[in-house]
Amino acid sequence: MDLNPEKKIDIEEILKDIKNYRPRRRGWTWRTKVEDQKIGPFQYKETSEGLKNSVPLPAARGFNNIDPQPEPVITTEIASGRFEDDIRRMRMAAWHGADHIMVIRTAGQSHFDGLIEGTPEGVGGIPITRKQIRATRKALDYIEDEVGRPINFHSYVSGVAGSEIAVLFAEEGVNGAHQDPQYNVLYRDINMYRSFVDAAVAKKIMASTGMLQIDGAHNANATARQAWKVMPELFVQHAINSMFSVKAGMPKDKISLSTVPPVAPPAPDLRLNLPYAIALRELFDEFKFRAQQNTKYMQSSIREATVTHTLNLLLSELTSADLQSTITPDEGRNVPWHYFNVQAVDTAKQAFAGMDGLKDLVELKTDEGYLKEKARELKERSILFMEEILEVGGYFQAVSEGFFVDSGEYPERNGDGIVREKDGGVAANSIVLRDEDYMAPVCEHFGYNNLPDNLDKPCDLIGGCTLHDSDKIDFIDELDLEDNVEKRLEKTEDFRENNMVKPEVQWLGDGWVNVTMFIPESETVAEYAALEIAKKMNLKDPEVIHKEVMQPAEGTVCEVKGWVDFSIDKNKLEIPEKEEVLPYEEIRGFVEENSLSVVAATVGEDEHSVGMREIIDIKHGGIEKFGIKVTYLGTSAPISKVVDAAIETNADAILISTIISHNEVHRTNMKKLNDLCVEKGIRDDLILIAGGTQVNNEMAVKAGLDAGYGRGTHGDDVATFMVKSLRGDYNEEE
Amino acid sequence: MPIKREDDFEERRSHLEGLSDKELKARFWELAEDLVDPLIDLSKTHTSASIERSVLLRMGFNSLDAKAIVNQVVQADLLGKGAGHVVYKMAKQEDRPIKEVGLDIGNEKYDKEELKKLFDGGES
Repeated sequence: MDLNPEKKIDIEEILKDIKNYRPRRRGWTWRTKVEDQKIGPFQYKETSEGLKNSVPLPAARGFNNIDPQPEPVITTEIASGRFEDDIRRMRMAAWHGADHIMVIRTAGQSHFDGLIEGTPEGVGGIPITRKQIRATRKALDYIEDEVGRPINFHSYVSGVAGSEIAVLFAEEGVNGAHQDPQYNVLYRDINMYRSFVDAAVAKKIMASTGMLQIDGAHNANATARQAWKVMPELFVQHAINSMFSVKAGMPKDKISLSTVPPVAPPAPDLRLNLPYAIALRELFDEFKFRAQQNTKYMQSSIREATVTHTLNLLLSELTSADLQSTITPDEGRNVPWHYFNVQAVDTAKQAFAGMDGLKDLVELKTDEGYLKEKARELKERSILFMEEILEVGGYFQAVSEGFFVDSGEYPERNGDGIVREKDGGVAANSIVLRDEDYMAPVCEHFGYNNLPDNLDKPCDLIGGCTLHDSDKIDFIDELDLEDNVEKRLEKTEDFRENNMVKPEVQWLGDGWVNVTMFIPESETVAEYAALEIAKKMNLKDPEVIHKEVMQPAEGTVCEVKGWVDFSIDKNKLEIPEKEEVLPYEEIRGFVEENSLSVVAATVGEDEHSVGMREIIDIKHGGIEKFGIKVTYLGTSAPISKVVDAAIETNADAILISTIISHNEVHRTNMKKLNDLCVEKGIRDDLILIAGGTQVNNEMAVKAGLDAGYGRGTHGDDVATFMVKSLRGDYNEEE
Repeated sequence: MPIKREDDFEERRSHLEGLSDKELKARFWELAEDLVDPLIDLSKTHTSASIERSVLLRMGFNSLDAKAIVNQVVQADLLGKGAGHVVYKMAKQEDRPIKEVGLDIGNEKYDKEELKKLFDGGES
C-alpha cells in the first residue's frame, strides 16, 4: 500500500492480515549526514538528507519552502491510549521531521506479570502488545516510504516481564527501547535482584537485533527535590547501566545515555547545565547521547516551555546529541495533544536550522576557568559517590541505605533518598539459582547455559527458535471481545466514512477544543468567569488549563478546554472556489495588448505599507512584473484622492489596502470607495479591489467592491482577477 | 534511615586532587566495573519466571501458554533446571513434538512428580 498524501491513512487496511505481517528490517537507523549541503540559496554545515514529503517551517514560505533536516534523529513521544489514533499523529510528526517514535506504556504495565495481548485501550499510554506493535510498525513502514526516511519505533523494556518484552521487541523489529534496571528499582519498586537478573537477559536479546538502548537516569532529576544537586548521581546511574549493558553483551554504540539539562530558567540555565553536559560527554565519549528536554520545571505555559526547550537545544548544539528528544510543550497541562507533538518537533528543527554550524563560530572555554573546574568537580563528586557505594558493600546495599535520588549534592546527603529493601518490592524473592544442569535451548540467552557440545546454534536442539524462524511465533489476536480496536473503530465510523467532522486533540471525534481569553479581572475571578463563559459557549466539561496574571488587578489570560457535542457534515460546507491563477505569459500578453494601469494606496489613517507593496512591487513578485503600470499614492490616502487619481490616469482598477480595523473602519472605507465611484459616474469603468489582514472577498463584495483579499494573497491572484474581469470571463460563467 | 551529611567534598577529594583528567576518567570506569561485576555474576547464575517465559516464547509458545508452563515448572520446583529444559526433556522422553508436550504441561496433564522424575539421576 502506498499512502496518498491527500488521503487519510486507512487503519482498517493496516489491520488486515496483521497475523502475517513481518518487519522489513531490525535494529536502529541513524540519519544520513550530508557535508556542506546546498539547500535553496544556502550552504548548511550540519544537515542530513532531505525528505520526499514534508511540511516545512511556517517561515519557509519566504525561502521557497526549503525544509533542511538537522543531523540528529528527532524523537517524539506519542501515546494517547488508542494506538489507532496515535498512528495518525505519528504520520503528522513524521511529516514535520520526527524519525524516532517513542510509545509510552499504559499505567500499570510494568507490574503486569507477563505480556498483554490484543488491543485494549490504555491510560496515559498504550498497552504494548504484539498486535499493537505489528499494526504500528506496519503503519510506520508506509509512513517512512511516504516521507522518504527510515523511522525508528521505540518503547520500554522494563517491569516484571522485561525479558519477555525484550523477546517480543526483537521478534517484531522494534528499533529501540528504554532499558535500565535502576528505573525498576527506584521508581517502580520492583525487587532489585529480580530487576538486574531480568535486565541482563533482556539486554542481550536487545543487542542481538541491533536495538538502540536508552537508559533511565534522567528520571532522577525529574524526581529529586532540587534537580541541579543530583548531577553527581546522574553520572553514577549512567555508569552502572552502561557498564552493566556492555557486560551483558551490548555494543557501546548501541548504548545511549538519556540526559536532560537538570535546571531551567529562571535559574541560570547554561551556567549550571553546560559544565554538566560537558563532563558527561567527556566521561562517556564512547557512548551515544540522547538529549532529552527538561520536564521537571514545566508549568502550563506553552511559551515558557518552548523557551526552556530551545535553550536545551542550544546546549545540544554546543555539546552533542545523537538523538534529540522533544517534550511536547503542553505536557504541563494535559496528556499531549496532536499538534503539540508537531510543535515540539518543529521547535527542534527550527532551532537546529538556525544554529547550523554554530561550533564553527564560537568556542567553549573548556581549557581553563569555570567550565573546566566545574566539570572536573562534578566528575570527582561522582567518583566519590561510587567509592562510598563500594565501601558500604556494593550497589544493593547502597540502594537499601537510600543513596539514590537524595536531594543533597553528593557528598552532601539530605537523608531524603529513595530507600528500597533488598528483599522487598514487587516480585521479591523471585530469583532462582540456575542448577548445574540448567539449560535453555534457545539463542541469545544470557548467562550460564549447560548446552550439549557441538551445536551450531543453541536452537538447533529444538529445530529453530523464533529469533531465527519468525514463522514459529504464535500470534494471539484479541483476548477481550469488547475492549479492542475493532470495537473502537465501529464508534468512529461516522468520522472515517461518512463525511462528519469534529475537532479533536487526541482521539478521532473527541470534540475537544481550547479557547484563549483575556479577562480583565484578578486571577481567581478570571478563572471562574472563564469557566462560565466557556459554559455559555456550550463547551462541555470546561476546565481552565492555563492562566497567567498580566497584572493582579488589570487582568489574567486564561486558556480553557472543553468539548463540543456536535459534528459538521463536510459536504454541506459552503467553501468558495479557489481562483486558478493564470499563467504568467497569458497575463503578460493581455497587459501588453491593453496597457493596463492601476491606482494603489493604503487608505484612511493607516500607515501600513507592507501588504500593498507585496502586491504591487516587482521585487516582491507583485503585479508590476506583468507590466501593469502602478500609480502608488502611499499611505493614509483619502478615498477622494484615490478616486481622483484614477480618473486622471484613466486607470483600469483601484487597489486599496486597509489594515486598521478599529470600529469597522475597513468596511467603511470599502463602502466609501464604491459610493464615491458611483457618485462620479465611473463605477462601471473601474475594477475596485480591497486588501488587508481583516478583509475577505465576501465582505468586500458586500461593500460594493469587485473583490477582496486577505492574508496570503499574491500579485498573481490580483492580476488574474483583473485580467479575467476585463476579458469578461466572469460574465460568461454567469 | 538514610544518613544526613554536610558537604565534605573538599576533605574527601584529597586523594583525587593529584590525578590527571585521564587518570580521573580511568578511575571512574574502574569503579563502575567494580560496582557492576557482582551484578553481572548474580545475573549469570540466576533465573526468574520472566526469563523462563522468555525462553518459552523463543521456543514458539505464545504468552498465555508460556505463563501456564512456567507456573507448572515453579510448582514442581524446577525453575532452576530451566522451563525450556523441562519441556525439551519431556518431549525427548515421550518422543513427541515440543509444542504439543509444552501445551500438555501447561494444561496440567503431568503432575509434579512426573516432571521432577525427568531430572532424577541420569544425565541432563
